[in-house]
Amino acid sequence: MTAHEHRIPIRLVRCAKTFDDGTRALEPLDLEIKAGETIVFLGPSGCGKTTTLRLIAGLESPDAGGRVFFGDTDVTELPIERRNVGMVFQSYALFPNMTVGENIAYGLKVRRLPHATRAERVEEMLAMMQIGQLGHRRVDQLSGGQRQRVALARALAVRPRVLLLDEPLTALDAKLRDGLRIEIDALLRRLGMTAVYVTHDQAEAMALGDRIVVMSHGRVAQVGRPRDIYFSPANRFVADFVGTMNSLRGVARDGHLEMAGSRLPWRGTATGEVEVLFRPENATIVAPGAGSLKGRVVSAFFMGDRTRVVIDGVGATRLIVETPARREFHPGEDVHLRVDADALLTLDR
Amino acid sequence: MRRRGPAFYLQLALTLLVAAFLIVPVGMSITAGLTTNFFQGVKSGLTLKWVGEVWRLYSETIYLSMTIALACLVVNLVVGVPAAYALAKRRNWFTRLIEESLVLPIAIPGLATALALILTYGTYREFRTSWAFILVGHVLFTLPFMVRSVLAIISSIDLKTLEEGAASLGAGFWQRFWGVVLPNARPGILAGSLMVVTLSIGEFNMTWMLHTPLTKTLPVGLADSYASMRLEIGSAYTIVFLFMIVPLLIAMQLLGRPRARVAPREEDTATALAPVAVPATEIRS
Repeated sequence: MTAHEHRIPIRLVRCAKTFDDGTRALEPLDLEIKAGETIVFLGPSGCGKTTTLRLIAGLESPDAGGRVFFGDTDVTELPIERRNVGMVFQSYALFPNMTVGENIAYGLKVRRLPHATRAERVEEMLAMMQIGQLGHRRVDQLSGGQRQRVALARALAVRPRVLLLDEPLTALDAKLRDGLRIEIDALLRRLGMTAVYVTHDQAEAMALGDRIVVMSHGRVAQVGRPRDIYFSPANRFVADFVGTMNSLRGVARDGHLEMAGSRLPWRGTATGEVEVLFRPENATIVAPGAGSLKGRVVSAFFMGDRTRVVIDGVGATRLIVETPARREFHPGEDVHLRVDADALLTLDR
Repeated sequence: MRRRGPAFYLQLALTLLVAAFLIVPVGMSITAGLTTNFFQGVKSGLTLKWVGEVWRLYSETIYLSMTIALACLVVNLVVGVPAAYALAKRRNWFTRLIEESLVLPIAIPGLATALALILTYGTYREFRTSWAFILVGHVLFTLPFMVRSVLAIISSIDLKTLEEGAASLGAGFWQRFWGVVLPNARPGILAGSLMVVTLSIGEFNMTWMLHTPLTKTLPVGLADSYASMRLEIGSAYTIVFLFMIVPLLIAMQLLGRPRARVAPREEDTATALAPVAVPATEIRS
């Protein structure tokens, strides 16, 4: 594979998008995607992530003033067919009138590559995607997972400069999704291509992204490595959208956070009324006396490897705690909690 | 034995009625066209004489009908298919309006359409006396069938995404149109084509108004023969018409049949491929 030669950075400059009906899908966005990086756009539907991908692809053009650069080249005016990108769609977009092999060869045929080169490349792609036996099948004879493999093979066959994936796993069922996600990850690492991946699934985003761009209402909520996003969310939206976040309010005083009926050790610098956040895995259910917080079990979900316990009576909102404990929890039962002081977060609002 | 309920007798009655009004008359007509003397019945002998007579008297109308039907098809392919594509690509109030107005020539009596055409263009002698005049009427009448047929097919596939997929692979507009749009619209185009040809060959209403003595189509000739010839000749003419139209109808039915294809169940590729007996190794390189 010669993909490394094609590694290019992508730069979006003041890219905004307003649709014909006046909807503002994307507020002006400046973003630099490094060569060879996998960047994931994450957010709920309507947040502008797909619009951004389509701007990069050339399927939409930005509002006046916005520019898209591939490397040093300004590609803003180029339609998608002249940008040399590979694209994978949620609905596969395979051509039903062609076999698997013909689908994969399509981009090569359009580029008028000689027949022998095409056949060779098709074989290479079929082998790479582990679908060597499917070359002569019709598209409607394939399962969803197989279809998305073909779509990946087809996108990569043209040796694109950038790989764009628009919710490629969303149409698949959970188990298949995990398998294919691991494969896509391995593929992206191996090819070292610049890749842009759009998803609403935070687990997918965490697993695949070198960096994640969390979006909300057409704006970037945070850009960062998966661990930054998870451990230091920049704002309330990111904190809530990525993973589960618990919240407690209290008054900061002498290295403690004081709440009605309990105190929590805290090393923060803020004073007065503060809100602290923590992840479910940063709280532990402990024996009476060993923890600083006390609450009551509302419900408990046994998930096999852990139990997710919903607790109220601590703060204004319910807390969600995950515990590896084998013991059973019953609604109404009193539990004691210890929260890891280092894991407490505050948000600037 | 189980007693037969009223439903059985109701169905039987319906079947007999259908036979009496749909099948028997056609059979009678065919027999009439093949018997030496209709009033004496089949015992007067079977003959192809009348069919020959029809050919001698009316072969011109048959050729003209075929010419017009094919020309009508060509116009429909050149105009109707792109129109359907354009309508499918842009769904808004304007295209919906166009789509609905296309159907008007079916709703309005053919005679009225024909009269309107004559009022507007009747004074252009060359045009009025050529078969192109009839062609215009036929295209007006058949276009909605082609457009709807193609539109139905391309609305049932996600053409927009297919085209975006093709574009992402480097295909320009014409490459997409020929390589992706047309092949995937093919079932609709084929069904529409057969419909257009069938309707054009059989159209009488409008054609009767639009024709001149030198531009008679088959159905107009039929009316002429019924009115002025022996019953046997008219019936033999019907046979010729059936010969032309029935194969088209059968082809239409065959094309309209849904293809039975079962997609494999969603499962891991490795298991799905197991019967092929090629070891699917893990791709964790």
